[in-house]
Amino acid sequence: MKHFSKLVAAAMVTAALGVTTSSVKAETPPDTLIQAWQIDDIISLDPAEVFEFTASEIMGNSYQPLVGYDVNDVSDIFGVIAEKWEVSEDGKTFSFTIRPDLKFASGNPITAADPVYSLQRAVKLDKSPAFILTQFGLSADNVDQKVRQTGDMTFELEMDKAYAPTLLLYCLTATVGFVVDKELVMSHEANGDFGYDWLKTNYAGSGAFSIRDWRANEVVVLERNDNFGGDAPAMARSIYRHIPEGSTQRLLLEQGDIDIARNLGPEEISALADNSDIKIEDGIKGSIYYLGLNQKNEYLSNPKVAEAMKYLVDYQAIADTIMKGKVKVHQAFLPEGFLGALNDNPYSLNVEKAKELLAEAGYPDGFTVTMDTRNTPEITSMAQAIQQTMAEAGITLEIIPGDGQQTLTKYRARNHDIYIGRWGPDYQDPHTNADTFARNPDNSDDAASKPLAWRNAWDIPEMTKQADAAVLEKDTAARAEMYVALQKEHQDVSPFVVMFQEIEVLGLRKNVNGFIIGPSFNDNSFRNVTKTE
Amino acid sequence: MSVSPANEGGRWRALSILGMKVGKLIATVAITFLGLLVVTFLIGRVVPVDPVLAVVGDRASKSTYDAAYIALGLDKPLYHQFFIYLQQALSGDLGTSVLTKKPIVEDIARVFPATLELATAGIILGTLFGVPLGVWGAVRQGKLPDQVIRVVGLIGYSAPIFWLGLLGLLVFYAKLNWVAGPGRIDIAYEYSVTQKTGLLLIDTAMHGQWGAFRNVLAHLALPATLLGYFSMAYISRMTRSFMLAELGQEYIIAARVKGVAEWRIIWIHALRNAAVPLVTVIALSYAGLLEGSVLTETVFAWPGLGQYLTNSLQNADMNAVLGGTLVIGIIFVGLNLLSDLLYTVLDPRVRRRT
Repeated sequence: MKHFSKLVAAAMVTAALGVTTSSVKAETPPDTLIQAWQIDDIISLDPAEVFEFTASEIMGNSYQPLVGYDVNDVSDIFGVIAEKWEVSEDGKTFSFTIRPDLKFASGNPITAADPVYSLQRAVKLDKSPAFILTQFGLSADNVDQKVRQTGDMTFELEMDKAYAPTLLLYCLTATVGFVVDKELVMSHEANGDFGYDWLKTNYAGSGAFSIRDWRANEVVVLERNDNFGGDAPAMARSIYRHIPEGSTQRLLLEQGDIDIARNLGPEEISALADNSDIKIEDGIKGSIYYLGLNQKNEYLSNPKVAEAMKYLVDYQAIADTIMKGKVKVHQAFLPEGFLGALNDNPYSLNVEKAKELLAEAGYPDGFTVTMDTRNTPEITSMAQAIQQTMAEAGITLEIIPGDGQQTLTKYRARNHDIYIGRWGPDYQDPHTNADTFARNPDNSDDAASKPLAWRNAWDIPEMTKQADAAVLEKDTAARAEMYVALQKEHQDVSPFVVMFQEIEVLGLRKNVNGFIIGPSFNDNSFRNVTKTE
Repeated sequence: MSVSPANEGGRWRALSILGMKVGKLIATVAITFLGLLVVTFLIGRVVPVDPVLAVVGDRASKSTYDAAYIALGLDKPLYHQFFIYLQQALSGDLGTSVLTKKPIVEDIARVFPATLELATAGIILGTLFGVPLGVWGAVRQGKLPDQVIRVVGLIGYSAPIFWLGLLGLLVFYAKLNWVAGPGRIDIAYEYSVTQKTGLLLIDTAMHGQWGAFRNVLAHLALPATLLGYFSMAYISRMTRSFMLAELGQEYIIAARVKGVAEWRIIWIHALRNAAVPLVTVIALSYAGLLEGSVLTETVFAWPGLGQYLTNSLQNADMNAVLGGTLVIGIIFVGLNLLSDLLYTVLDPRVRRRT
């Protein structure tokens, strides 16, 4: 048996040596940017359908809009594919002129036919983000008349009302407004599908990079577009690898196998702070974290209870300790950076005040409610912190954990008590959030539109009128005032405990420079990224 | 040469028995798959997740939502939906994934080789180590080697694979730099490998791309070792108990009395008999690994079946879930058949009975 023991030991050593192959410590290629990101939310590469964070960023770097804005001052709007535009006297029609000598990655020239086709196509396909365009009175039946080519390089877009001019321009900066290569897309059209079947996994844009490959849950590869109208990017390739785990991303970043880690959790960020090969960069995003209190619940429908709950969140402690720099305290529905954003934060943890309010409401001993909570580490940690502070005032908060789609399904059916949510604006105009937090045109169960106010059964005919008036106001300063007033009232009376605004945090290798973190994901840009030796 | 009527009758009888057996097998497999599909389909429909959300997201207008609802066939009665699905599945069309926008067959053909490669490497390691260690433990029952093997096995069995994976990455990838990091292959090689089978080790070896081959091996080493360790723990435990049962049998005593060498008694006589139930243990372990080890695939960013199915299930992408379930069903049925077949090879008594 002695021989047998030796034999087994020798076999183990040999096999161990066999499977562990010494690997050279990796460095990413100097002309390739490699990012690790959880990219399993990508369901399409067609700008008419893209609405997810990761796909929006990919679109932002591979397609071009008619107009854009300065990410540091979003009020500065400029033409991208459009050279200029004019608004008719009645304020309903925009006339765009296309910049000359621009080309798609395919080599096809960009003319007015392309944006006209792109907008008509997005409206007719009627995918998720189509409402951003159809809210201007465009429909599959009328879009051919309302969006019309008037010359080789000119076209008009006619709206049903004279909206605030920036509303349309900001909506055209959303991915649904991006311009596709008409000739290329039409060559792949089948059964009148506007090339949808092809474009959802292919590319027909004019951005700094072209999309070479997308393998779901695995990788997205972009390559420098040599026909790009602007300055050529320094990177020849940009690759996203699907790495779902933040801790795995951290290891890859530390080893130099990736250049940028996109899903670092608070723990990883703290751990990387001392690493001299890594730098942390952040930028404020438009997403808002909030609690939605369902007004169908007998306790939560009491305004005093809603007010008490606004005093039962330890905002600063959550921002500082749990989220560690990934959020900032923000208590109004418009994120900082938007026209008319209200940056006052009147609420802080005050258990005594909350108890008084609960006593006034008739619940001195508190009550029990549930909170549907998406089972991500960050949302769960936030929920647990809120559970503790609510308990101090006698409110028993039962956390119901669930997957994202599961909690969302329940929320959309108004079957929750409290929902802890995250809401990102669809475009840079204040109407995007006013439309959902402060508008509820029909509170009936079978309403056609289901904004957040509807989901929490908050019936607000007066506030809806105010929001409708604000979207038609042409004077920018007056319009900003209207939104400030709307947010103040909302902050006082709404069944929303608006808590935080998101900050996007990236971990980068020290030699990577020039990544721009914009307010929305399609503003994130790696066009100017360089890597020093 | 003439064939006697008795011989011909015997041949016919043998053929009809074979025919009946094949018929029974096909019926069993068909019923298994039908049951599998019915249960998965119903589970998919009672899960409190709105499948339309995966298609149109949270912000879509009512018209967009309604169009997707109809396109998914959700307006039809449940039995009708299932009937349509079954009809398509029988014609080889498993539908299209709402998440990847690609045919399920294409998706599975893409993700399954990744899992197959990992699971096969894992089960080979698990068997190579598990069986000898189990034998060794049984032979040295109660002694130090046995105790050590049991403790090592217990750790493999009880420690969360997620944690072991991260720890393994930290030590062998981040600190020692012995293995490559998460993923199947470095980006540098990603597009130079000609993929025929989807099994990167085989593809790179077939084309003589040895640099890429070594890189794939370096990526595979850690997750495969981890899965190997996990299955080794089970296989060694079962081998030990099968061997203990065999070593106590009278024929072993008889062999020893006859003076047969000890190694021969252990490896030829006892293990040969222990191998019969062991085949089932190994086959089931392999099937378990082929289902896709979700946590391992997540930690190692391994684009396999486990990750694909989990993501599909969370988004109520029912075509993908049903397709994946079918594949797993085929694996289980196939491996069961294989282990039955090996039974007959290894155990003459089974051969005679049949």
